[in-house]
Amino acid sequence: MSKEIMSEKIRILIAKPGLDGHDRGAKVIARALRDAGFEVIYTGLRQTAEMIAASALQEDVDVVGLSILSGAHMALVPHIREVMNQNDLQDVPIILGGIIPEEDKPALSEYGVKGVFGPGTSMQEIIDTITKIVNR
Amino acid sequence: MKDLIQNILNGNRRALARMLTMVENEREGYQQALAALFPHTGHAWVIGITGAPGTGKSSLVNALAQKYRQQDKTVGILAVDPTSPFTGGAILGDRIRMRDLYSDPGVFIRSMATRGSLGGLSRATRDAIRVMDAGGFDVILVETVGAGQSEVDIVRTAQTTIVVEAPGLGDDIQAIKAGILEIADILVVNKADRVGAKNTVQALKMMLEIGHPAARTQPVLHHGELMQIENHTSINPTPLWIPPIIQTITMDFTGIDALIQAIENHRAYIEQNHLSAEIERERIRIELYERLQNVLMTRLMNGLTQQQIEAVVERVRTRELEPSQAVMMLIDMHNTEGML
Ligand SMILES: Nc1nc2c(ncn2[C@@H]2O[C@H](COP(=O)(O)OP(=O)(O)OP(=O)(O)O)[C@@H](O)[C@H]2O)c(=O)[nH]1
Ligand SMILES: [Mg+2]
Repeated sequence: MSKEIMSEKIRILIAKPGLDGHDRGAKVIARALRDAGFEVIYTGLRQTAEMIAASALQEDVDVVGLSILSGAHMALVPHIREVMNQNDLQDVPIILGGIIPEEDKPALSEYGVKGVFGPGTSMQEIIDTITKIVNR
Repeated sequence: MKDLIQNILNGNRRALARMLTMVENEREGYQQALAALFPHTGHAWVIGITGAPGTGKSSLVNALAQKYRQQDKTVGILAVDPTSPFTGGAILGDRIRMRDLYSDPGVFIRSMATRGSLGGLSRATRDAIRVMDAGGFDVILVETVGAGQSEVDIVRTAQTTIVVEAPGLGDDIQAIKAGILEIADILVVNKADRVGAKNTVQALKMMLEIGHPAARTQPVLHHGELMQIENHTSINPTPLWIPPIIQTITMDFTGIDALIQAIENHRAYIEQNHLSAEIERERIRIELYERLQNVLMTRLMNGLTQQQIEAVVERVRTRELEPSQAVMMLIDMHNTEGML
């Protein structure tokens, strides 16, 4: 959804779906985005698709950011998108952090994934991409 | 906009979420939308939850909301976290402790950043509460920033204010902030599973005994100034409300029923003594006063150019004008434009 006024705060949900590991990376991203002036709704580990959709809806976020390090993105993202759509959130884009093979990217964009950030991505690139997606 | 209003009144969650954003960002038309919703407010009981960081406010909200749901009451939650003064950004993390509420359509959680406000709530919180109220929620739980100080906003906003303490935050009485007795309708000692909880309860009891009853005061507006006056010194004495102390453990719901009962008792106290109208009048006075202040200030500043202000700044710097004279001068410059 495009912002009506440029000075409005960008609200982004940062969630970690799936059952794997820790959320250190997601926390680092959350802090960097806060420092870039975003309002980051941080929900933490083991978020189900239903939880992500409920948070995105209630918080009226501009973007949903998912951290998926397990390699399960092709299983998780379509399901999350489906539940988001059921909640009338078709227009809310997803960005993805994790190790995502190049060949998966076209399929992911079908599910409204507007940005994919691998381990080497600079914070500035992430911030710029989100800003562009939101102000589109 | 008509659709938006109707959808909110019908309980549409996306519309409610959109409206909350509109209010937070003071978007074009938000005031008309609020005006359309206002007649539909006044149903919800608004409960404020304040206390130092980490005492367990979000966990308590999580537990309270579940209990209210068991009573078939719908619950709106507003959780306020601080905006970084340096970057303008914020991390809103209270939802982490409210995982049990996600799948429940009778619960709606919204996180808000303070966006520069200092009183423990954001500028838009009061309006956000009204939006939720119009959305039909029976209970609205408001978690404040928990700076542990100057939590005055919540007392003027909530109908029942809960102050949360927890053991292990320091040295008993010293750790308990002055002023909490004035704002607490209910005192909660959370983390009652921890050693030291008894000491915290003891310390609070002592403070209540020292402080009670004459020290229980109420802020009132007097000649445009907020002042503390003694509670009910008049001919028709209302029995005093003494804040109960409730011990809770959020993980296993210990004390949560007692807390809900205490909230009910407080509500009954207000209603039986016919205090609602006067409390509300007092709040409206304070709110109008604050809003008036904002509007006048904005108008004043809009009516002055940057150069005019800079010129006056310079005259103060060179000791030609004393600051209060400078202020009068700015107002005079403004008055000649005929705007005040
Ligand atoms: N032992 C114990 N720990 C608790 C209890 N309730 C909450 N906690 C823990 O206390 C910590 C803080 O809880 P929160 O609910 O986030 O506290 P808060 O007051 O909302 O914190 P802020 O929003 O950051 O100010 C968490 O680690 C909780 O698990 C309790 O009853 N007993
Ligand atoms: Mg909290």
